Amino acid sequence: MRGQDIPMPNQTALLPNTVRFRTLLQRSETTRGFALLSPTLLIMTVGILIPIGILVAMSFWTQVGFDFDTTLTTKNYQLAMDRPIYGALLRRSLWMSGMATIATVILSYPMAYFVAFHIHRNKMMWIVLITLPFWTSYLLRVFAWKVVLGYQGVINSALMALGLIDAPLEFLLYSQSAVVITLAHAWAAFAILPMYVSLEKIDKSLLEAATDLGDGPVARFLRITLPLSLPGVISACLLIFIPTTGDYITPTLLGGPDGAMIGNLIQKQFGAVNNWPMGATLSIILILSIGAISLSFMAFANFVRKRIS
Amino acid sequence: MSGHSYIKRPNRPLQIYAALFLVVLYVPVLFLPLFSFNTSIYVKFPLTGFTFQWYIELMDREPVWAALMNSLRVGVTTSLISTGFGIFAAKAITRYRLPGKGPLVGFIMLPLVVPGIIFGVALLILISRMGIPLSLYTVTIGHVIVCLPFAIATMIPRFEGFDPSIEEASADLGENAWWTFWRITFPMVFPGILASLLLTFTVSFDEFIMAFFLSGTDPTLPMYIWSQLRFPKEFPSILALASIILVVSFAMVFLGQWINRDAQATDSKSE
Repeated sequence: MRGQDIPMPNQTALLPNTVRFRTLLQRSETTRGFALLSPTLLIMTVGILIPIGILVAMSFWTQVGFDFDTTLTTKNYQLAMDRPIYGALLRRSLWMSGMATIATVILSYPMAYFVAFHIHRNKMMWIVLITLPFWTSYLLRVFAWKVVLGYQGVINSALMALGLIDAPLEFLLYSQSAVVITLAHAWAAFAILPMYVSLEKIDKSLLEAATDLGDGPVARFLRITLPLSLPGVISACLLIFIPTTGDYITPTLLGGPDGAMIGNLIQKQFGAVNNWPMGATLSIILILSIGAISLSFMAFANFVRKRIS
Repeated sequence: MSGHSYIKRPNRPLQIYAALFLVVLYVPVLFLPLFSFNTSIYVKFPLTGFTFQWYIELMDREPVWAALMNSLRVGVTTSLISTGFGIFAAKAITRYRLPGKGPLVGFIMLPLVVPGIIFGVALLILISRMGIPLSLYTVTIGHVIVCLPFAIATMIPRFEGFDPSIEEASADLGENAWWTFWRITFPMVFPGILASLLLTFTVSFDEFIMAFFLSGTDPTLPMYIWSQLRFPKEFPSILALASIILVVSFAMVFLGQWINRDAQATDSKSE
């Protein structure tokens, strides 16, 4: 027991029974812990739990003019199933963030590996350098890609100035690939951290053992490093896939009609279309789809991990 | 140790890859300041000439200053609240055995992962159902929710990094919990607090999604930028504004990470 958890003397006087005293002591530690956590829990309850509850409730309401009909109905969900555009946008969002996730994880893995195994001094400096852009404005980073990929943007105008092309390449901006590139770039830092942590944890003597037993670099990587870093790879996948699926800034600025995602549709329901209950329904469908995919992915990944190790 | 030698051997392709990775990570963002000094209003090569014109024009704009003040107010309030709450939460998480701690921490960290649009619209619904008008206060609530996980994650390694027996010693020597906190805990975790203040301020200052759904008639700086993106002739001054924001954000985050570096170093240390 820690000294700081000893109750005030007057409390001790009230409790002569030693057993009850001990349970109170333990309970008081828990109570103190929860007391310290309570402001955070309160704000998270008010800011997340209650709003999500109302979001769920609203998804069963209907919009009537500028007001809501609060009779519960599954009409919105039926509508979302019936109209092909909703399903198509959802599938496209999942597909695009899936692509961005795979691209980010594959491209970031060597970087995480490099920092974990080949940087011995100033490791922290490298981590800071890699994660620095992640902390700065998402909007501005997306905006920067608009400048790079634009019709008269950096790439097109540079290629034209060099005389390599005569007319701007139109597929650069307002396409799905523009969105995927931007998402992958914006979330790279998020992908590197978990992979770096699990690579860093690998016991180097395992690698020596593998070498001593005759494994070459490739076999050593495939049999030791990769399987042991899989937990990091799995969290990286989830950490990118989940937030990017609901993104709407990138598709708005760079997607064009072909690159619109479900986030754009949700945002429109709360803006121009002004059908909040439908927006709520689409949000719930989005959460459920992300949840289902993430859970099956985790189950699959764990199955693979068990098989190979 | 000779056994390590083959691991320590520099890997040339990997080094080149790492350098390229950093270049690709930073270069797109660096085009913003580059073109903000260009005389042409079109963002394209070849560059036409060097000018400070767009920065000077920015100074005369009343809405930019108003938006800046809004962002500063929201950012300072958010960083104070989320860091304040974060200190207690980080202490509770690292120092106390709490039943159901894992799921609770997961719940608190949700805003790091769940798409911002979900929390944005959910909070919008709650706030409008309660009849509260949208204002900078509602934006601040949204930002506190986004920033709290960052604050807690920044300070947890600080609490993990110092020996709880120092706190116990202070209590044994007769200090009460309040003075133990101010004289022992606070100075020990101070770099973490400073880092958290800087990082949460930057996150709030740059935050867009919550502000998009929750702001009323007073725009924050990112909201102002968003509203100006439609006008092609405003492009150069937006580039200038964006460049200033980027430089300030980079500096603040770098400072924050630097102040807190030894906590993170002990956290991820394995050798």
